Amino acid sequence: MRAFPLLSILIFLPLAGAVVVALLDRRREAAVRWTALAGALLALAAALVVFWRFAPGTAALQLEEHTLWIPAAGIGYHLGVDGISLPLVLLTAVIMPLALLSSWSAVGDRIKEFSVAMLALETALLGTFLSLDLVLFYVFWDAVLIPMYFIIGVWGGPRRAYAAFKFILYTAAGSALMLVAIIVLFLSSGAAGARTFDWAVLADSPVAMPLQAWLFGAFALAFAIKVPVFPLHTWLPDAHTEAPTPGSVVLAAVLLKMGTYGFLRFLLPLFPEATVRFAPLMAGLAVAGILYGGIVSWAQRDMKRLVAMSSVSHLGFVTLGAFALTVEGLQGSLLQMVNHGISTGGLFLLVGVLYDRTHSRLMADYGGVAALMPRFAAVSLIVVLSSMALPGTNGFVGEFLVLLGAFRAAPVYAVLAAGGVILSAVYLLWMVQQVFHGPVAVVQRAKVVELSARELVLFVPLIALIFWIGLFPGTLLSRSEASIQALVERVQRVQVEVRR
Amino acid sequence: MNLALIVALPLAGWLLNALGAGRLSRRAAGLIGVGSVGLAFAASLAAVQRPEVASGWRVVLWEWIAAGDFRLSFGLLLDRLSAVMVLVVTGVGFLIHVYSAGYMGGDPAYSRYFAYLNLFIASMLVLVLGDTLLALFVGWELVGLCSYLLIGFWFDRPSAAAAGRKAFVVNRIGDAAFLLGMIFLALSAGTLEFSRLAEAAGTLAPAALTVITLLLFAGATGKSAQLPLYTWLPDAMEGPTPVSALIHAATMVTAGVYMIARLHPLFTEAALTPTVVAVVGAATALFAATIALVQWDLKRVLAYSTISQLGYMFLAMGVLAMPAGMFHLTTHAFFKALLFLAAGSVMHAMGGVIDMRRLGGLARPLRWTTWGFLIGALALAGVPPLAGFFSKDLILERSFEAARGGPLLAVWLLGLLTAFVTAVYITRAAVLTFGSGESHGHPHEAPPLMRWPIAVLAVLSVAGGALGAYAAGRPLLVSLEGFFELEAHEPAAAPALWLRLITPAAGLLGIAVGYALYRGRRAPRLGWLGTVFEQHWGLAPLYDRVIVGGAKRIGQDLADVIELRVIDGAVNGLAAAVAAAGGAARRLQTGYVRTYAAVLLAGTVLLLGYWLLR
Repeated sequence: MRAFPLLSILIFLPLAGAVVVALLDRRREAAVRWTALAGALLALAAALVVFWRFAPGTAALQLEEHTLWIPAAGIGYHLGVDGISLPLVLLTAVIMPLALLSSWSAVGDRIKEFSVAMLALETALLGTFLSLDLVLFYVFWDAVLIPMYFIIGVWGGPRRAYAAFKFILYTAAGSALMLVAIIVLFLSSGAAGARTFDWAVLADSPVAMPLQAWLFGAFALAFAIKVPVFPLHTWLPDAHTEAPTPGSVVLAAVLLKMGTYGFLRFLLPLFPEATVRFAPLMAGLAVAGILYGGIVSWAQRDMKRLVAMSSVSHLGFVTLGAFALTVEGLQGSLLQMVNHGISTGGLFLLVGVLYDRTHSRLMADYGGVAALMPRFAAVSLIVVLSSMALPGTNGFVGEFLVLLGAFRAAPVYAVLAAGGVILSAVYLLWMVQQVFHGPVAVVQRAKVVELSARELVLFVPLIALIFWIGLFPGTLLSRSEASIQALVERVQRVQVEVRR
Repeated sequence: MNLALIVALPLAGWLLNALGAGRLSRRAAGLIGVGSVGLAFAASLAAVQRPEVASGWRVVLWEWIAAGDFRLSFGLLLDRLSAVMVLVVTGVGFLIHVYSAGYMGGDPAYSRYFAYLNLFIASMLVLVLGDTLLALFVGWELVGLCSYLLIGFWFDRPSAAAAGRKAFVVNRIGDAAFLLGMIFLALSAGTLEFSRLAEAAGTLAPAALTVITLLLFAGATGKSAQLPLYTWLPDAMEGPTPVSALIHAATMVTAGVYMIARLHPLFTEAALTPTVVAVVGAATALFAATIALVQWDLKRVLAYSTISQLGYMFLAMGVLAMPAGMFHLTTHAFFKALLFLAAGSVMHAMGGVIDMRRLGGLARPLRWTTWGFLIGALALAGVPPLAGFFSKDLILERSFEAARGGPLLAVWLLGLLTAFVTAVYITRAAVLTFGSGESHGHPHEAPPLMRWPIAVLAVLSVAGGALGAYAAGRPLLVSLEGFFELEAHEPAAAPALWLRLITPAAGLLGIAVGYALYRGRRAPRLGWLGTVFEQHWGLAPLYDRVIVGGAKRIGQDLADVIELRVIDGAVNGLAAAVAAAGGAARRLQTGYVRTYAAVLLAGTVLLLGYWLLR
């Protein structure tokens, strides 16, 4: 009996929603918006079913679906979820409805096309996280670029063309190399006729060493651009600054995680020896990004640029945890992916709230907002504190585990990365002070009104998650523990051999 | 009764006042704010009576973080050490909440104020009741947050907003070191539970132990405003005065001292750290006292005084006289809170004026306040038989003994000198504020809600010494000596009489000198020495220009030059190069068959030639 294809349904529900939206009359804006939101909420419901059906305590793939897609070429339709993909699937499903909801004020024209693009994007993202066949993965991976390109290029700010073009060229360059590596991986997976693109098979027998290092390089480059790892990050501030609020939210919260997810899903298991060899390089770049991103954030005048640069710093922690190659580090890394999605997604929503009112992203155009929007100021503070990794919030648990894991790997990483702990307070509180404090100095004072009910709804789930994960991280950690443990054991076995 | 109730009460007060801001009446907001802490104090009083406190009453609440080998639950621990802190925090905290109800009476953000203040009490209770170092750190960072919120309470003032941010950032510098020390400890000892750290301390490598304790102490220099991270505390005076009394004098800033007491098995075993702690403490004590000597802002005098007195406490911790340090922490909480509340009463009476050059002659109109301030000042100066005398005297006695005539005697000398300077600056402040000349305007005494807390603290500042006086059986010290497992310090060889007399003598001399110098209207500026003190012995310009200015410049350069020109320039340069290469290659596509044929032929010849001649 064929099992119920829960994961396929989850992946394609948003696309189905997109089709429905496409059939609607474009003049019925409310219907378009509600339908799109309903599609994303249905996907969230499906994701929650996956979460509920997921059995913790095992590293095995669950809810697997496996059929041949193009048998002649060894390409399969292989889906599955484990402790590594589960948190990211949930993150995607939580963020998308919020992003759609934020578009109600941030996007005013071609609402239908926008909604279709967003829902298509969600399908591509979910597919990326759930694919276990390299070709299928690659298809979803590149499919993400298309709607995102349009979201930036059509609904973006004044320099949207430049930003969208830079985004797609930069990331496609990485993807192209990865495609070559995928094909090489296929060709070296066995004799003709027995070759495969299947992740599980490839992970069981990694290719031999000099070639493994080259393939690692190709994959790592594609992922590192996406993350982005310092110094491959310069597409990010431009893309973020120009993207409309919902685009920035999804970009920061979910798209960047494709890269760090790739580290855990592909680099470590498929290329364990190369991972061990190059881990110091990756960890070093991660630390450089933590410090560099933090310092450069501080010098920004544009809030979106500041938050974008802070992502470089925060994702440095995620990368550092991944290449610490310890259980604590990887658990922290995975948790921090979710945390960054919540807190930085939240920060972009906050900037969006202000931008909707005054159409300015410059901190100098604000001042004293806390007096005009006290509730908004309180919400902002909570999100900022989460981004600063204050204990009690989600960010602390992730950052602490990353530092713990990194210290275990080599104390120098943790010592340097601790500088990021200081810097996040420096640049975030600087932003808070400039925007919220001081005498009221907003340019268009009359337009700066308190959060609406719809806007408040955006933040309630994020705040609940911030505290829930901060206090009870076991909800997520216990579900990823077994998968991470198995992954670390694999890599550490190789590590011992390499040392010999 | 559950131990968690002590924390839950102010936490509930915070939630109610935070969510009800704007909807609660002032009366309700005040009742919730003050009442929740009053109940927490009552609960604490009940809790410390329990017999299990003697051996440590631990309540594990839930498993918090588990990843790999690292497993940690979140729980509370009430033992003889945390009992002292819990009583000080909720007791003094309650008095200051009552005072606040009067002091902040006219403020429109009354609810928000009590929400923050309750959150602070809850956070501080997590700090002192946490059963692991990580739980302590949770409280440690949360009190930093509350401090930020309350310093910047009047956020429309740019100076207040900046001061709050500065406090948070400077604290974060210390916290980063603390975090590293804690991680190092977790990895080398395999635990962060206080109950298991004692046995683990013996198994650690000496070098590791030294590094860990030094990192943790670096965290303490931030939270407790010691050299070199002291700069945020004077600026913290931008906050409402009751906040200065509670957070920036009586409780939060003592967290570093408490942390060392809590980790005494580590700090006692570490080789180098105690000496470092003692030297930093003694140096800070004198350093800050000299700066207090030249301040004109009354609250800033008290702020530097707090830094200086915290230095004494660290001195005590460094010479491993931990009960003495905790004793001074307690008496200091009484008399420094008293001094701040009296200063707040002055501000209240003078319409916010706090510059001592514009004060004077307040003794007559402000009787309660004057008496309160004078009692606090005498206690601070170490005049017997007030509370401060017993604790300060004990610290100096112990540090003299610990030195055993060795180089550590310098620490004792610094402490003694500080005792003298302390008496001078507080006499100066008292004379300039309350004595000499006529009062300006029509100052009026504070309302009862503000007077009574002052009166209670005055009584405690007078009688608090009994907690550690031989005549009264030294209840606090006996309890703490039991906790630290020291044999009760019986005066088998009682300290020499001169040693017992020299500290109060230094204090009395200081009072006399201070009175002689400052009783006239024109206060002397102390010449070039005054300039040195005003410039923080040269540290102020170093911090402002070199460190902060330098960091800002580096950030700007990285953002403008490296980011935009170098890194992004390389990316765009590469793109331009590809485009140019494409343009060049396009010229090869001439469209003429004869060109292609010629190229084809040339290639074939080249390949053939290579193949033949190989």
